[in-house]
Amino acid sequence: MATSHKVPLARREAFLLGVLGLCCFLGIWTAIAQLHLASPQFLPTPYAVLARAIHLVSEPFAGATLPLHLLRSLERYGYGVMLAALLGVPLGLGMGWYGWLDHVITPLFDALRFIAPIAWVPFAALWFGTGIGGPILIIFAGAFPPCLIGAYRGARFVDAKYVEAARMLGSGGVRTLIEVLLPASVPSIIAGLRVGAGLGWQSLVGAELIVASAGVGYLMVQGQSNVSTPTVMAGMLAIGAVGLLIDVLLRAAESLVRRRRGLT
Amino acid sequence: MSAIVFEGVHKSFQREGKWLPALEDVSLTVADKEVVALVGPSGCGKTTCLRLAAGFDAPSSGRVMVGGRVVTSPGPDRAVVFQQFALFPWKSVVGNIEFGLRNKGLATDVRLDRVARVIKLMGLEGYETAFPHQLSGGMQQRVAIARAYVLDPDALLMDEPFGALDAQTRVIMQEELVRIARVNPRTVLFITHAVDEAVYLADRVAVMTRRPGRIKEVVDVRSVRAAEGWNDLERIEEVMDLASFVHVRTHIWRSLRDEKGSAN
Repeated sequence: MATSHKVPLARREAFLLGVLGLCCFLGIWTAIAQLHLASPQFLPTPYAVLARAIHLVSEPFAGATLPLHLLRSLERYGYGVMLAALLGVPLGLGMGWYGWLDHVITPLFDALRFIAPIAWVPFAALWFGTGIGGPILIIFAGAFPPCLIGAYRGARFVDAKYVEAARMLGSGGVRTLIEVLLPASVPSIIAGLRVGAGLGWQSLVGAELIVASAGVGYLMVQGQSNVSTPTVMAGMLAIGAVGLLIDVLLRAAESLVRRRRGLT
Repeated sequence: MSAIVFEGVHKSFQREGKWLPALEDVSLTVADKEVVALVGPSGCGKTTCLRLAAGFDAPSSGRVMVGGRVVTSPGPDRAVVFQQFALFPWKSVVGNIEFGLRNKGLATDVRLDRVARVIKLMGLEGYETAFPHQLSGGMQQRVAIARAYVLDPDALLMDEPFGALDAQTRVIMQEELVRIARVNPRTVLFITHAVDEAVYLADRVAVMTRRPGRIKEVVDVRSVRAAEGWNDLERIEEVMDLASFVHVRTHIWRSLRDEKGSAN
């Protein structure tokens, strides 16, 4: 392994090594496809996948173009993640602050979080059929636990000196919660949101197994039915790219908050 | 009247199932508008004394009274200046200073007027909107003292207020504190490791024994200061050169050293 030694690499070198890894991957893939080591029907070349993806940007498949599928996916995703943040962050803060709430919620939460988002699919289908509620529930199931845990850790391990300072300054429970505990927990909350947003996006295809129209997951399922491997892989490419973009944006938000706080 | 009174105070902490005494029969009175320094070997319970007066901890037996009331919980009548400042990093200088006044429910104009006055007193003009991490250690400590002073507290409790500052800043802040104390006398209990600082700032210096802490002796500095005219000298090094200063300092230093020696 080239990077196992401890000498830190320059940014440029690290970047070039990343490119090298990607090139190797694409090279091996291309070689296998070109040499017909796998049937072209099941393993198209990277070029064919990219061409298919570009084609899907303008040509509808399964009722919509790729950007429209993505838009519908992002809509469901947005609702699911927002719901997870709106419920998870206050609940996590409350659990970190009030001992009794921690004792009430924790056993239940610990049991429920071992049910993977995809394991909610049959239940969601029974409850919501093909309505928007199903995918939202599944994405919520993915995003909720990290949102809660981030806020919980933030509140639970808040530096005692801030809470003592607030009490000494005559601050009551609610004001301390809002003006001291919440801002003190912000770095931890954002870290939780970032993980939650990632897990929510990973749950997307599972969520869209049960939708009747539109969405990247739906596009991929339809591609599978038509034995169009390039379509399925173009969908995977789109999910990867958008997931990466979401993570980059949230990382930027995280480092902005940390810089403002003088933490980095 | 806003005296700080320790009456036969014992304090024990439980560690690994065993009760360890931290304070043993501490009786000490800080009279109204008097400045008392608490010195003693590390771990002797100085900070415990301060935390009891602040109301962060309760005595195991005996009682602590401030302004004639038994201390049961923290409150703005006993302002604390923490060793590590404990400023809220997410609040500006003004936000930090006015937080305690907002908890008192004062009218906005009264509040802003008091904040403006204390900002002037502490030489913080021009830094109103800065955040703590943008300030030097000395400036942060000014904000912490301003945050305590603005409450107009009965008692000011300072836990090694200058311990985190470099030597030069420390001297400036010590002179500053003497200046402020002349304009606006307060009942002050402060902890320090530095004997120089104790003798320079305090009316009386209480020397504690090693753990479990007791008051070993209380040295009256005020009468020496008045007799030898320390207050006529502007600068700290001039005071520290006086034979009378050196004499008092050496006396306390010996007393303290006996404690440190027997600890080994």
